Amino acid sequence: MYAFDYQRPSALDEAVALLRDLDEPKVLAGGQTLLPTLKQRLAQPGSLVDLSRIPGLSGIERRGEGLFIGAMARHAQVATSPLVQEVIPALAELAGMIGDPAVRNRGTLGGSIANNDPTADYPAACLGLGASIVTNARTLVADDFFTGLFETALGEDELVVGVEFPAPARAGYAKFRNPASRYAMAGAFVAQMADGVRVAITGAGQGGVFRWAEAEEALHADFRPESIAELTLDASDIMSDLHGSADYRAQLVKVMTLRALVAALR
Amino acid sequence: MTSISMTVNGRPISAEVEPRTLLVEFLRENLHLTGTHVGCDTSQCGACVVHLDGAAVKSCTMLAVQADGGAVTTIEGLAPAGRLHPMQEAFREHHGLQCGFCTPGMIMTAVDMVARLGTELDETTIRENLDGNLCRCTGYHNIVKAVAAGAHAMNPAALAAE
Ligand SMILES: Cc1cc2nc3c(=O)[nH]c(=O)nc-3n(C[C@H](O)[C@H](O)[C@H](O)COP(=O)(O)OP(=O)(O)OC[C@H]3O[C@@H](n4cnc5c(N)ncnc54)[C@H](O)[C@@H]3O)c2cc1C
Ligand code: FES
Ligand code: FES
Repeated sequence: MYAFDYQRPSALDEAVALLRDLDEPKVLAGGQTLLPTLKQRLAQPGSLVDLSRIPGLSGIERRGEGLFIGAMARHAQVATSPLVQEVIPALAELAGMIGDPAVRNRGTLGGSIANNDPTADYPAACLGLGASIVTNARTLVADDFFTGLFETALGEDELVVGVEFPAPARAGYAKFRNPASRYAMAGAFVAQMADGVRVAITGAGQGGVFRWAEAEEALHADFRPESIAELTLDASDIMSDLHGSADYRAQLVKVMTLRALVAALR
Repeated sequence: MTSISMTVNGRPISAEVEPRTLLVEFLRENLHLTGTHVGCDTSQCGACVVHLDGAAVKSCTMLAVQADGGAVTTIEGLAPAGRLHPMQEAFREHHGLQCGFCTPGMIMTAVDMVARLGTELDETTIRENLDGNLCRCTGYHNIVKAVAAGAHAMNPAALAAE
């Protein structure tokens, strides 16, 4: 690792001020993506700004019908939270499928969505539930937050504070894991919301997480596996790499969507 | 340099470290606790697992400064000197190791599993929860047996009977 300075602010506005004033700062949350990146010398920040000692960033609470989950909530905390298991069980299940137990003990919701890895799990839940991302400056709907591969709408000195998840009538998540990395080769989050059905796909899109409009329409008309049995996903915008071709992934997406639907109907 | 203090295996420690020092480097090189191993560069193998405030973490994917104020337990701290923890004993008894490189991480992960899921663990649960620990020798079969037996031996009733 290259050398860097380390800052551990104890308040949110202090963190924002550090991000504005320091030379080449980088936020440190759980470190489960950032530290592997630094170990490989793929980044050279001047300072790390550690969010872990800012009080109030890791709560999980009811917000209206849905939930508000703080940016620093660890994956293990979300996976085992009785409140999440009650209000959005699919979200607790998704958090429990991320990486392995040690990764889940450190990795955070905010870090996962700020990183927006095209094969990460949480972006699918945010987009699939139509969540709102709350930052220190504004609130963004998930459709506007995830803007491309490892890209989000976050500004340079903007921090994710938490995410508001509306409660679905029914929801399910299914993921085909890459057995080596444990990230998704394809993952589908299917949710029946008050205003329609949402289907968010991760692991497959060349531009990162995306909504599968045809599947949403078909399931909105009838929330049953038969509704999407005849659909095929157009593979022209699907990733192709050593783990799988675009056509293979497009097929996997469909299978995962069916499995997520079956999970939602359980 | 940044000042840190923490307890390691119950002992209070204070030191000055460079911020980029990984927790595993601090444990091995500053404290000479070489039971915690480094098996990969990619945060995937779990040879470096220790407990921070009671939860399993990969000490290669954490900075020493992040553990400031915390309580760290390494494989050396599981049992008093000269004795084996029931999970260590089970690995010996069930041939849960060959070269032994992965073993400290396996055992720390197994003890964390018991803390989260109890002392009676079935094979599927054990395999799922060993997801982040790689072994190049054993084929895992005896590791799974050892974890089940070690977990069972950690049952307070079993300990009391000892
Ligand atoms: C072995 C392994 C397996 C994994 N498997 C999976 C998997 O199956 N699925 C999956 O989804 N992920 C997986 N991950 C990634 C893991 O979920 C990470 O925890 C997550 O992607 C990043 O969260 P973090 O809290 O660790 O963030 P960090 O690594 O600390 O930060 C990641 C990035 O986000 C920025 N950031 C962090 N917090 C904020 C914030 N609040 N506001 C703004 N920017 C912020 C940082 O500056 C950095 O650029 C895996 C990781 C490992 C090591
Ligand atoms: S050395 Fe830490 S995961 Fe491999
Ligand atoms: S016993 Fe050799 S790596 Fe596991």
